[in-house]
Amino acid sequence: MATTEEMRLDGNAVAGLLGEVFAAEMTAAVVRCAHCGTAGAVATAQVYAHGPGVVLRCPGCTGVVMRFARVRGRMLADLHGVGMLSAP
Amino acid sequence: MTPWRSAVVRDAVRETASASTLVFDIEDWPGHRAGQHVDVRLTAEDGYQAQRSYSLSSAPEQERPAITVERLDDGEVSPYLVDEVRAGDFVDVRGPVGGWFVWHARDGGPLFLVAGGSGLAPLMAMLRHRSLAGSDAEATLLLSARSPDDVLFARELEALDGARVERTFTRSAPEGWTGYARRVDREMLAEVAPAPGARVYICGPTGFVEGVAGDLVALGHDPSRIRTERFGATGG
Repeated sequence: MATTEEMRLDGNAVAGLLGEVFAAEMTAAVVRCAHCGTAGAVATAQVYAHGPGVVLRCPGCTGVVMRFARVRGRMLADLHGVGMLSAP
Repeated sequence: MTPWRSAVVRDAVRETASASTLVFDIEDWPGHRAGQHVDVRLTAEDGYQAQRSYSLSSAPEQERPAITVERLDDGEVSPYLVDEVRAGDFVDVRGPVGGWFVWHARDGGPLFLVAGGSGLAPLMAMLRHRSLAGSDAEATLLLSARSPDDVLFARELEALDGARVERTFTRSAPEGWTGYARRVDREMLAEVAPAPGARVYICGPTGFVEGVAGDLVALGHDPSRIRTERFGATGG
């Protein structure tokens, strides 16, 4: 059985999901972490997608940057960890 | 953006004992860039849906988009795609998606591609694109596979024009093999990698990708020139 860390993906894996939420290609967008200020491509976020929702964490401080879950047909997005998002 | 589309499997090609390439006919396919992927969704008769993301292994120049899938034995989607799907079957596809782990011939080189197992798929799209676009970008592929039987696109890799291919076998090497027979490490990268400044793309299992990226940074490569794509634990 793989450990949680071995199951960890990166932002590339949620390109489709992010496209659904933001209606744009977001993996090349730059996100600044609201917790520590680290800025980098969304593609470099640590992604945990094997649970009921999807969690994106900052590669600098591992703080939660974005969370997504589909609940009763609705997409819930928690973006409180996003300091700034700059899309191409 | 990027709606779900119904894709017809035009061809299912066995690559290795555990991997197959699926070639699709997709109406209104907008074309893709090398390194992009698609989400594939399967729907069971009772309505249950499962969805996974797979890299396109075909070049943009090729007539039909194709994905190459490695079977994870306890997986929900990959065993079906690798072993069950036949020409004429339908699957739902969303894509192409991703805009970061991509390379275009006009980006130039030198290019250093590092593949762990089926992490070769998106890098193969880049190598095919390089050839078909007539790019003269210097390109080096370092491929880590368990054994020669596990190498995807083995015959095509023999015939890549102008690209250098280095292989390492982590479990069993052929009789008389004098090349690398261990996991990718810093010493191997120091021997194989082009000088810092090259565009680096690494794809494979999470631990593999992070190990290689860390070693390349230690060897003087600028993290901003290194692009990574992790596909999680193999066998997970």
